[in-house]
Amino acid sequence: MHFSALSLARQALKGHRGWTRTWRALEQPKSHYDVIVVGGGGHGLATAYYLAKEHGITNVAVIEKGWIGGGNVGRNTTIVRSNYLLPQNNRFYEWGMKLWEGMSRDLNYNVMFSQRGVLNLAHSPAQLEGYMRRGNSMRINGIDAELLDRDQVARMVPGMDVSDKARFPVAGGLLQPRGGSARHDAVAWGYARGADSLGVDIIENCEVQGFLFEGDRIVGVDTVKGPVRAGKVGVAVAGNSSRVLAKAGFERLPIESHVLQAFVSEPLKPLIDTVVTFGAGHLYISQSDKGGLVFGGDLDGYNSYAQRGNLPIVQDVASMAVTLFPNLSRLRLLRHWGGVMDMSMDGSPIIDKSPKEGLYINAGWCYGGFKATPASGWCFAHTIARDEPHDLNAAFRLDRFRTGRTLDEKGAGPVPRLH
Amino acid sequence: MYLNCPFCGHRHLEEFTYEGDATISWPTLDSQDIGSWTDTVYQRRNPAGPHREYWQHVHGCRQFLIVERDTTTHSIHKVEVAGPWAGETAPRNTEAKQ
Repeated sequence: MHFSALSLARQALKGHRGWTRTWRALEQPKSHYDVIVVGGGGHGLATAYYLAKEHGITNVAVIEKGWIGGGNVGRNTTIVRSNYLLPQNNRFYEWGMKLWEGMSRDLNYNVMFSQRGVLNLAHSPAQLEGYMRRGNSMRINGIDAELLDRDQVARMVPGMDVSDKARFPVAGGLLQPRGGSARHDAVAWGYARGADSLGVDIIENCEVQGFLFEGDRIVGVDTVKGPVRAGKVGVAVAGNSSRVLAKAGFERLPIESHVLQAFVSEPLKPLIDTVVTFGAGHLYISQSDKGGLVFGGDLDGYNSYAQRGNLPIVQDVASMAVTLFPNLSRLRLLRHWGGVMDMSMDGSPIIDKSPKEGLYINAGWCYGGFKATPASGWCFAHTIARDEPHDLNAAFRLDRFRTGRTLDEKGAGPVPRLH
Repeated sequence: MYLNCPFCGHRHLEEFTYEGDATISWPTLDSQDIGSWTDTVYQRRNPAGPHREYWQHVHGCRQFLIVERDTTTHSIHKVEVAGPWAGETAPRNTEAKQ
Protein backbone atom coordinates (compact mmCIF):
# COMPACT_ATOMS: atom_id res chain seq x y z
CA MET A 1 0.00 0.00 0.00
CA HIS A 2 1.37 3.38 -1.03
CA PHE A 3 1.22 6.13 1.60
CA SER A 4 0.23 9.61 0.40
CA ALA A 5 -2.02 12.51 1.39
CA LEU A 6 -4.61 11.01 -0.95
CA SER A 7 -4.48 7.53 0.64
CA LEU A 8 -4.71 9.16 4.07
CA ALA A 9 -7.80 11.11 3.03
CA ARG A 10 -9.40 7.99 1.52
CA GLN A 11 -8.76 6.01 4.68
CA ALA A 12 -10.08 8.83 6.84
CA LEU A 13 -13.37 8.67 4.95
CA LYS A 14 -13.50 4.90 5.54
CA GLY A 15 -12.76 5.23 9.26
CA HIS A 16 -9.16 3.99 8.88
CA ARG A 17 -10.37 0.40 8.59
CA GLY A 18 -8.68 -0.33 5.28
CA TRP A 19 -4.99 -0.14 6.26
CA THR A 20 -3.14 -3.37 5.59
CA ARG A 21 -0.19 -4.99 7.41
CA THR A 22 3.09 -3.13 7.06
CA TRP A 23 4.99 -6.34 6.27
CA ARG A 24 3.91 -9.95 5.83
CA ALA A 25 3.66 -12.06 8.99
CA LEU A 26 5.75 -15.13 8.19
CA GLU A 27 5.89 -17.96 10.69
CA GLN A 28 8.33 -20.25 8.90
CA PRO A 29 11.40 -19.48 6.83
CA LYS A 30 11.87 -21.22 3.49
CA SER A 31 14.49 -23.97 3.37
CA HIS A 32 16.92 -22.00 1.18
CA TYR A 33 17.79 -18.36 0.47
CA ASP A 34 20.47 -16.61 -1.54
CA VAL A 35 21.32 -14.47 1.49
CA ILE A 36 20.37 -14.73 5.16
CA VAL A 37 20.76 -11.64 7.32
CA VAL A 38 20.98 -12.59 11.00
CA GLY A 39 19.50 -9.79 13.10
CA GLY A 40 16.35 -7.81 12.31
CA GLY A 41 17.48 -4.53 13.79
CA GLY A 42 17.87 -1.34 11.79
CA HIS A 43 21.14 -2.49 10.24
CA GLY A 44 19.89 -5.95 9.28
CA LEU A 45 16.68 -4.61 7.76
CA ALA A 46 18.53 -1.88 5.88
CA THR A 47 20.98 -4.50 4.59
CA ALA A 48 18.12 -6.64 3.26
CA TYR A 49 16.44 -3.59 1.72
CA TYR A 50 19.58 -2.47 -0.12
CA LEU A 51 20.42 -6.04 -1.19
CA ALA A 52 17.06 -6.12 -2.93
CA LYS A 53 16.99 -2.54 -4.17
CA GLU A 54 20.60 -1.90 -5.18
CA HIS A 55 21.78 -5.40 -6.09
CA GLY A 56 18.61 -7.17 -7.22
CA ILE A 57 19.03 -9.96 -4.66
CA THR A 58 15.49 -10.53 -3.44
CA ASN A 59 15.65 -14.14 -2.25
CA VAL A 60 16.69 -12.88 1.18
CA ALA A 61 15.61 -13.69 4.74
CA VAL A 62 16.03 -11.48 7.78
CA ILE A 63 16.08 -13.73 10.84
CA GLU A 64 15.36 -12.03 14.14
CA LYS A 65 15.49 -13.44 17.68
CA GLY A 66 12.76 -11.15 19.05
CA TRP A 67 10.46 -8.79 17.21
CA ILE A 68 11.17 -5.96 14.79
CA GLY A 69 11.99 -2.77 16.67
CA GLY A 70 12.56 -4.56 20.00
CA GLY A 71 16.35 -4.35 20.15
CA ASN A 72 18.88 -1.55 19.97
CA VAL A 73 17.05 0.20 17.12
CA GLY A 74 14.41 1.07 19.72
CA ARG A 75 16.88 1.74 22.56
CA ASN A 76 18.93 4.68 21.30
CA THR A 77 18.58 8.45 21.67
CA THR A 78 17.77 8.85 17.94
CA ILE A 79 20.56 11.30 17.11
CA VAL A 80 21.78 11.56 13.52
CA ARG A 81 25.03 13.36 12.67
CA SER A 82 28.21 13.04 10.59
CA ASN A 83 30.57 15.27 12.58
CA TYR A 84 33.66 13.09 12.79
CA LEU A 85 37.36 13.88 12.64
CA LEU A 86 38.85 10.95 10.72
CA PRO A 87 38.19 11.07 6.97
CA GLN A 88 37.27 7.36 6.80
CA ASN A 89 34.52 7.92 9.38
CA ASN A 90 33.49 11.26 7.87
CA ARG A 91 32.95 9.89 4.39
CA PHE A 92 31.00 6.89 5.68
CA TYR A 93 28.70 8.82 8.02
CA GLU A 94 28.18 11.61 5.48
CA TRP A 95 26.97 9.04 2.94
CA GLY A 96 24.62 7.95 5.70
CA MET A 97 23.47 11.55 6.16
CA LYS A 98 22.64 11.78 2.46
CA LEU A 99 20.63 8.57 2.70
CA TRP A 100 18.83 9.98 5.77
CA GLU A 101 17.91 13.09 3.79
CA GLY A 102 16.13 11.01 1.17
CA MET A 103 14.93 8.18 3.39
CA SER A 104 11.26 9.07 3.95
CA ARG A 105 10.77 9.57 0.20
CA ASP A 106 12.79 6.50 -0.75
CA LEU A 107 10.90 4.24 1.66
CA ASN A 108 7.55 6.03 1.22
CA TYR A 109 7.45 5.99 5.01
CA ASN A 110 7.69 9.00 7.29
CA VAL A 111 10.73 8.46 9.52
CA MET A 112 10.26 11.96 10.96
CA PHE A 113 13.85 12.91 10.13
CA SER A 114 14.29 16.37 11.60
CA GLN A 115 17.45 18.31 10.71
CA ARG A 116 17.36 20.45 13.83
CA GLY A 117 21.13 20.66 14.16
CA VAL A 118 23.62 18.98 16.47
CA LEU A 119 25.56 21.38 18.69
CA ASN A 120 28.68 20.20 20.54
CA LEU A 121 29.53 22.61 23.36
CA ALA A 122 33.11 23.59 24.16
CA HIS A 123 34.03 24.72 27.66
CA SER A 124 37.54 26.03 27.16
CA PRO A 125 39.45 27.81 24.39
CA ALA A 126 41.54 24.65 23.89
CA GLN A 127 38.45 22.54 23.41
CA LEU A 128 37.05 25.07 20.96
CA GLU A 129 40.29 24.84 18.98
CA GLY A 130 39.94 21.07 18.93
CA TYR A 131 36.43 21.53 17.53
CA MET A 132 37.80 23.94 14.94
CA ARG A 133 40.13 21.18 13.77
CA ARG A 134 37.26 18.70 13.59
CA GLY A 135 35.05 21.25 11.82
CA ASN A 136 37.77 21.84 9.24
CA SER A 137 38.15 18.10 8.70
CA MET A 138 34.40 17.92 8.11
CA ARG A 139 34.41 20.83 5.67
CA ILE A 140 37.31 19.36 3.70
CA ASN A 141 35.09 16.32 3.22
CA GLY A 142 32.15 18.45 2.09
CA ILE A 143 30.22 18.30 5.37
CA ASP A 144 28.55 21.33 6.90
CA ALA A 145 30.15 22.62 10.10
CA GLU A 146 29.96 25.99 11.84
CA LEU A 147 31.99 27.21 14.77
CA LEU A 148 29.88 29.28 17.17
CA ASP A 149 31.06 31.66 19.88
CA ARG A 150 29.36 31.87 23.24
CA ASP A 151 26.86 34.55 22.23
CA GLN A 152 25.78 32.60 19.17
CA VAL A 153 25.31 29.53 21.35
CA ALA A 154 23.25 31.56 23.82
CA ARG A 155 20.97 32.83 21.04
CA MET A 156 20.54 29.38 19.61
CA VAL A 157 19.70 27.58 22.89
CA PRO A 158 17.96 30.11 25.14
CA GLY A 159 17.31 27.89 28.19
CA MET A 160 20.93 27.00 28.70
CA ASP A 161 23.27 28.36 31.37
CA VAL A 162 26.06 30.11 29.45
CA SER A 163 27.01 32.42 32.33
CA ASP A 164 30.48 32.75 33.81
CA LYS A 165 29.11 31.35 37.06
CA ALA A 166 28.60 27.89 35.56
CA ARG A 167 30.94 25.18 36.84
CA PHE A 168 32.16 24.70 33.25
CA PRO A 169 31.37 27.98 31.44
CA VAL A 170 30.44 27.58 27.78
CA ALA A 171 33.14 28.93 25.45
CA GLY A 172 31.40 28.16 22.17
CA GLY A 173 30.42 25.19 20.11
CA LEU A 174 30.61 23.25 16.88
CA LEU A 175 27.32 23.04 15.03
CA GLN A 176 26.35 20.63 12.29
CA PRO A 177 23.13 22.21 10.99
CA ARG A 178 22.15 19.13 8.91
CA GLY A 179 22.35 16.85 11.94
CA GLY A 180 19.26 16.10 13.97
CA SER A 181 17.08 13.22 14.98
CA ALA A 182 14.65 10.70 13.50
CA ARG A 183 11.94 8.47 14.87
CA HIS A 184 13.78 5.19 15.50
CA ASP A 185 10.78 2.83 15.38
CA ALA A 186 9.71 4.30 12.05
CA VAL A 187 13.18 3.63 10.66
CA ALA A 188 12.89 -0.06 11.58
CA TRP A 189 9.32 -0.32 10.31
CA GLY A 190 10.08 1.63 7.15
CA TYR A 191 13.02 -0.58 6.20
CA ALA A 192 11.05 -3.71 7.11
CA ARG A 193 8.18 -2.57 4.89
CA GLY A 194 10.53 -1.58 2.07
CA ALA A 195 12.42 -4.89 2.18
CA ASP A 196 9.23 -6.92 2.46
CA SER A 197 7.67 -5.21 -0.54
CA LEU A 198 10.74 -6.16 -2.62
CA GLY A 199 10.28 -9.83 -1.65
CA VAL A 200 12.47 -10.18 1.45
CA ASP A 201 11.17 -12.62 4.09
CA ILE A 202 11.22 -11.24 7.64
CA ILE A 203 11.07 -14.02 10.23
CA GLU A 204 10.54 -12.83 13.80
CA ASN A 205 10.89 -14.90 16.99
CA CYS A 206 13.45 -17.10 15.27
CA GLU A 207 16.68 -17.21 17.25
CA VAL A 208 19.79 -18.47 15.46
CA GLN A 209 21.31 -21.29 17.50
CA GLY A 210 24.21 -22.21 15.28
CA PHE A 211 25.71 -22.13 11.81
CA LEU A 212 25.70 -24.84 9.14
CA PHE A 213 29.11 -25.72 7.74
CA GLU A 214 30.22 -27.62 4.67
CA GLY A 215 33.91 -28.06 5.38
CA ASP A 216 35.06 -24.56 6.35
CA ARG A 217 32.34 -22.84 4.38
CA ILE A 218 29.23 -21.49 6.07
CA VAL A 219 26.12 -22.60 4.18
CA GLY A 220 23.28 -21.54 6.45
CA VAL A 221 22.03 -21.21 9.99
CA ASP A 222 20.36 -23.46 12.51
CA THR A 223 17.38 -21.75 14.10
CA VAL A 224 14.69 -22.57 16.64
CA LYS A 225 12.44 -23.04 13.59
CA GLY A 226 14.83 -25.49 11.96
CA PRO A 227 17.85 -25.25 9.65
CA VAL A 228 17.85 -22.69 6.84
CA ARG A 229 20.44 -22.91 4.07
CA ALA A 230 21.87 -19.95 2.20
CA GLY A 231 24.57 -19.00 -0.27
CA LYS A 232 25.76 -16.22 2.03
CA VAL A 233 25.13 -15.30 5.66
CA GLY A 234 25.48 -11.74 7.00
CA VAL A 235 25.53 -11.18 10.75
CA ALA A 236 24.31 -7.79 12.02
CA VAL A 237 23.65 -8.33 15.72
CA ALA A 238 25.58 -5.50 17.41
CA GLY A 239 25.46 -5.91 21.18
CA ASN A 240 25.55 -9.68 20.84
CA SER A 241 28.20 -10.10 18.13
CA SER A 242 30.57 -12.07 20.37
CA ARG A 243 27.76 -14.34 21.46
CA VAL A 244 26.45 -15.10 17.97
CA LEU A 245 29.81 -15.28 16.20
CA ALA A 246 31.14 -17.66 18.87
CA LYS A 247 28.71 -20.16 17.35
CA ALA A 248 30.50 -19.70 14.02
CA GLY A 249 33.86 -20.45 15.63
CA PHE A 250 35.08 -16.94 16.52
CA GLU A 251 36.46 -17.45 20.02
CA ARG A 252 37.60 -13.86 20.39
CA LEU A 253 36.70 -10.58 18.68
CA PRO A 254 37.99 -7.01 19.13
CA ILE A 255 34.72 -6.23 20.92
CA GLU A 256 33.38 -5.94 24.47
CA SER A 257 29.66 -5.65 25.24
CA HIS A 258 28.81 -2.73 27.51
CA VAL A 259 25.56 -1.30 28.79
CA LEU A 260 24.55 2.26 27.86
CA GLN A 261 21.60 3.87 29.60
CA ALA A 262 19.16 6.37 28.11
CA PHE A 263 16.49 8.53 29.69
CA VAL A 264 13.22 10.26 28.83
CA SER A 265 11.70 12.93 31.06
CA GLU A 266 8.06 13.80 31.53
CA PRO A 267 6.76 15.91 28.61
CA LEU A 268 7.42 19.66 28.56
CA LYS A 269 6.43 22.58 26.38
CA PRO A 270 9.00 23.16 23.62
CA LEU A 271 12.33 24.00 25.31
CA ILE A 272 15.23 22.58 23.29
CA ASP A 273 14.80 22.70 19.52
CA THR A 274 18.19 21.21 18.64
CA VAL A 275 20.48 18.43 19.85
CA VAL A 276 22.95 19.70 22.47
CA THR A 277 25.98 17.85 23.79
CA PHE A 278 27.82 18.87 26.95
CA GLY A 279 31.57 18.96 26.37
CA ALA A 280 32.87 18.98 29.95
CA GLY A 281 31.39 15.56 30.62
CA HIS A 282 29.31 13.38 28.39
CA LEU A 283 25.68 14.29 27.87
CA TYR A 284 23.52 14.54 24.76
CA ILE A 285 20.02 15.92 25.03
CA SER A 286 17.17 16.70 22.67
CA GLN A 287 13.42 17.04 22.90
CA SER A 288 11.03 14.62 21.23
CA ASP A 289 7.92 15.72 19.37
CA LYS A 290 5.89 14.49 22.33
CA GLY A 291 7.80 16.93 24.56
CA GLY A 292 9.90 14.51 26.58
CA LEU A 293 13.58 15.31 26.92
CA VAL A 294 15.59 12.40 25.52
CA PHE A 295 19.11 12.19 26.90
CA GLY A 296 22.01 9.93 27.68
CA GLY A 297 25.63 9.96 28.76
CA ASP A 298 28.47 7.58 29.39
CA LEU A 299 28.55 3.81 29.51
CA ASP A 300 28.29 2.22 32.93
CA GLY A 301 31.83 1.10 32.20
CA TYR A 302 31.93 -2.66 32.79
CA ASN A 303 31.17 -5.60 30.51
CA SER A 304 27.46 -6.29 30.52
CA TYR A 305 24.77 -8.09 28.55
CA ALA A 306 22.05 -6.93 30.95
CA GLN A 307 19.76 -4.33 29.37
CA ARG A 308 19.80 -2.28 32.55
CA GLY A 309 22.47 -0.25 34.32
CA ASN A 310 23.24 1.07 37.77
CA LEU A 311 22.31 4.23 39.63
CA PRO A 312 25.64 6.15 39.66
CA ILE A 313 25.29 6.83 35.92
CA VAL A 314 21.68 7.95 36.37
CA GLN A 315 22.85 10.53 38.90
CA ASP A 316 25.86 11.51 36.79
CA VAL A 317 23.82 12.08 33.63
CA ALA A 318 20.99 13.89 35.45
CA SER A 319 23.46 16.21 37.19
CA MET A 320 25.04 17.14 33.86
CA ALA A 321 21.61 17.89 32.40
CA VAL A 322 20.84 20.17 35.33
CA THR A 323 24.26 21.85 35.12
CA LEU A 324 23.52 22.76 31.53
CA PHE A 325 19.81 23.51 31.93
CA PRO A 326 19.21 24.61 35.56
CA ASN A 327 15.48 24.90 34.82
CA LEU A 328 15.30 21.07 34.63
CA SER A 329 16.18 20.61 38.30
CA ARG A 330 12.68 19.59 39.36
CA LEU A 331 11.85 17.61 36.25
CA ARG A 332 10.97 13.95 36.77
CA LEU A 333 12.16 11.01 34.72
CA LEU A 334 9.43 9.17 32.90
CA ARG A 335 11.36 6.19 31.56
CA HIS A 336 14.87 4.90 31.52
CA TRP A 337 16.45 1.81 30.02
CA GLY A 338 19.72 0.22 28.99
CA GLY A 339 20.97 -1.11 25.68
CA VAL A 340 23.89 -3.42 25.05
CA MET A 341 26.63 -1.89 22.89
CA ASP A 342 29.25 -3.65 20.81
CA MET A 343 32.17 -1.54 22.03
CA SER A 344 35.00 -2.12 19.57
CA MET A 345 38.63 -1.74 20.58
CA ASP A 346 39.16 1.48 18.61
CA GLY A 347 35.65 2.95 18.76
CA SER A 348 34.96 2.40 15.05
CA PRO A 349 32.74 -0.24 13.45
CA ILE A 350 33.48 -3.40 11.48
CA ILE A 351 31.80 -4.11 8.11
CA ASP A 352 33.76 -6.81 6.36
CA LYS A 353 33.98 -10.27 4.90
CA SER A 354 34.97 -12.72 7.58
CA PRO A 355 37.86 -15.19 7.37
CA LYS A 356 35.21 -17.89 6.98
CA GLU A 357 33.88 -18.21 3.46
CA GLY A 358 30.20 -17.38 3.14
CA LEU A 359 30.09 -15.33 6.35
CA TYR A 360 30.00 -11.52 6.52
CA ILE A 361 30.28 -9.41 9.66
CA ASN A 362 28.65 -6.12 10.61
CA ALA A 363 29.57 -5.27 14.22
CA GLY A 364 31.29 -2.96 16.68
CA TRP A 365 28.93 0.02 16.43
CA CYS A 366 29.74 1.44 19.88
CA TYR A 367 27.53 4.49 20.50
CA GLY A 368 27.10 5.20 16.80
CA GLY A 369 24.76 2.54 15.52
CA PHE A 370 21.52 4.41 15.00
CA LYS A 371 22.86 7.25 12.86
CA ALA A 372 24.76 4.69 10.79
CA THR A 373 21.69 2.58 10.00
CA PRO A 374 21.29 3.50 6.31
CA ALA A 375 25.01 3.70 5.46
CA SER A 376 25.72 0.48 7.34
CA GLY A 377 22.98 -1.39 5.51
CA TRP A 378 24.03 0.10 2.18
CA CYS A 379 27.71 -0.82 2.62
CA PHE A 380 27.01 -4.23 4.12
CA ALA A 381 24.68 -5.06 1.22
CA HIS A 382 27.46 -4.08 -1.20
CA THR A 383 30.03 -6.16 0.72
CA ILE A 384 27.77 -9.22 0.66
CA ALA A 385 26.56 -8.84 -2.93
CA ARG A 386 29.94 -8.06 -4.50
CA ASP A 387 31.99 -10.14 -2.08
CA GLU A 388 34.24 -7.16 -1.39
CA PRO A 389 33.93 -4.00 0.71
CA HIS A 390 32.84 -0.73 -0.88
CA ASP A 391 35.32 2.18 -0.73
CA LEU A 392 33.16 3.69 2.02
CA ASN A 393 33.67 0.74 4.37
CA ALA A 394 37.09 -0.37 3.12
CA ALA A 395 38.67 0.95 6.33
CA PHE A 396 36.26 -0.89 8.62
CA ARG A 397 38.16 -4.17 8.35
CA LEU A 398 38.12 -6.92 10.92
CA ASP A 399 41.90 -7.37 10.67
CA ARG A 400 42.80 -3.69 11.09
CA PHE A 401 43.84 -4.30 14.70
CA ARG A 402 46.53 -6.75 13.59
CA THR A 403 47.69 -4.57 10.72
CA GLY A 404 47.83 -1.42 12.85
CA ARG A 405 45.21 0.48 10.83
CA THR A 406 42.93 1.26 13.74
CA LEU A 407 40.44 4.14 13.51
CA ASP A 408 40.62 5.66 16.97
CA GLU A 409 38.55 8.85 16.64
CA LYS A 410 39.33 10.05 20.17
CA GLY A 411 42.81 8.59 20.56
CA ALA A 412 41.60 6.71 23.63
CA GLY A 413 43.57 3.53 22.95
CA PRO A 414 42.41 -0.09 23.06
CA VAL A 415 40.05 0.40 26.00
CA PRO A 416 36.45 -0.14 24.84
CA ARG A 417 34.80 1.61 27.77
CA LEU A 418 36.60 4.87 26.92
CA HIS A 419 35.32 5.21 23.34
CA MET B 1 26.08 -3.04 42.53
CA TYR B 2 28.34 -3.64 45.53
CA LEU B 3 31.76 -5.27 45.69
CA ASN B 4 32.96 -6.98 48.84
CA CYS B 5 36.56 -5.74 49.05
CA PRO B 6 38.75 -8.22 50.98
CA PHE B 7 40.36 -5.30 52.80
CA CYS B 8 37.50 -2.80 53.24
CA GLY B 9 34.29 -4.87 53.19
CA HIS B 10 31.08 -4.10 51.28
CA ARG B 11 31.51 -0.94 49.27
CA HIS B 12 29.43 0.68 46.56
CA LEU B 13 30.27 0.53 42.85
CA GLU B 14 31.19 4.23 42.83
CA GLU B 15 34.37 3.53 44.85
CA PHE B 16 35.79 1.22 42.19
CA THR B 17 37.06 1.51 38.64
CA TYR B 18 36.81 -1.25 36.11
CA GLU B 19 40.05 -2.49 34.58
CA GLY B 20 38.82 -5.12 32.15
CA ASP B 21 39.23 -8.79 31.33
CA ALA B 22 41.46 -10.68 33.79
CA THR B 23 41.81 -13.79 31.64
CA ILE B 24 44.05 -12.34 28.93
CA SER B 25 47.60 -13.67 28.91
CA TRP B 26 50.63 -11.57 28.06
CA PRO B 27 53.50 -12.54 25.77
CA THR B 28 57.00 -12.03 27.13
CA LEU B 29 57.97 -8.38 26.74
CA ASP B 30 60.64 -9.13 24.15
CA SER B 31 58.24 -11.23 22.05
CA GLN B 32 58.02 -10.14 18.42
CA ASP B 33 55.06 -12.37 17.60
CA ILE B 34 52.51 -9.87 16.28
CA GLY B 35 49.71 -12.43 16.55
CA SER B 36 50.00 -12.93 20.30
CA TRP B 37 50.34 -9.18 20.91
CA THR B 38 47.18 -8.58 18.82
CA ASP B 39 45.35 -11.19 20.90
CA THR B 40 46.48 -9.62 24.16
CA VAL B 41 45.77 -6.02 23.26
CA TYR B 42 42.66 -6.34 21.10
CA GLN B 43 40.96 -9.73 21.18
CA ARG B 44 38.41 -10.51 23.91
CA ARG B 45 36.19 -13.48 24.68
CA ASN B 46 33.45 -11.15 25.91
CA PRO B 47 31.34 -13.90 27.49
CA ALA B 48 27.66 -13.62 28.39
CA GLY B 49 27.75 -15.15 31.86
CA PRO B 50 30.60 -15.50 34.38
CA HIS B 51 33.45 -13.10 33.62
CA ARG B 52 36.77 -12.74 35.46
CA GLU B 53 37.76 -9.10 35.49
CA TYR B 54 40.01 -6.59 37.24
CA TRP B 55 38.60 -3.82 39.40
CA GLN B 56 40.60 -1.29 41.42
CA HIS B 57 39.33 0.06 44.73
CA VAL B 58 40.53 3.57 43.86
CA HIS B 59 38.48 5.37 46.51
CA GLY B 60 39.43 2.87 49.21
CA CYS B 61 42.50 0.69 49.71
CA ARG B 62 43.58 1.22 46.06
CA GLN B 63 44.20 -2.52 45.67
CA PHE B 64 43.59 -4.35 42.42
CA LEU B 65 40.96 -7.05 42.76
CA ILE B 66 39.94 -9.96 40.57
CA VAL B 67 36.16 -10.21 40.50
CA GLU B 68 34.06 -12.98 39.03
CA ARG B 69 30.80 -11.41 37.94
CA ASP B 70 27.91 -12.56 35.78
CA THR B 71 27.59 -10.16 32.83
CA THR B 72 23.94 -11.08 32.28
CA THR B 73 22.75 -10.42 35.85
CA HIS B 74 25.52 -8.24 37.39
CA SER B 75 25.69 -10.62 40.38
CA ILE B 76 29.14 -11.01 41.95
CA HIS B 77 30.38 -14.55 42.55
CA LYS B 78 33.83 -13.98 43.99
CA VAL B 79 36.26 -11.18 44.88
CA GLU B 80 39.97 -11.94 45.21
CA VAL B 81 43.12 -9.90 45.67
CA ALA B 82 45.32 -9.52 42.59
CA GLY B 83 49.06 -9.03 42.48
CA PRO B 84 51.75 -10.02 44.98
CA TRP B 85 49.28 -10.30 47.88
CA ALA B 86 47.00 -12.71 46.04
CA GLY B 87 45.93 -15.61 48.23
CA GLU B 88 46.76 -13.88 51.52
CA THR B 89 43.12 -13.12 52.23
CA ALA B 90 40.31 -15.55 51.67
CA PRO B 91 38.13 -14.80 48.63
CA ARG B 92 34.83 -13.23 49.56
CA ASN B 93 31.48 -13.85 48.05
CA THR B 94 28.86 -11.14 48.02
CA GLU B 95 25.60 -12.97 48.46
CA ALA B 96 24.37 -10.61 51.17
CA LYS B 97 24.00 -7.48 49.04
CA GLN B 98 23.94 -6.86 45.33
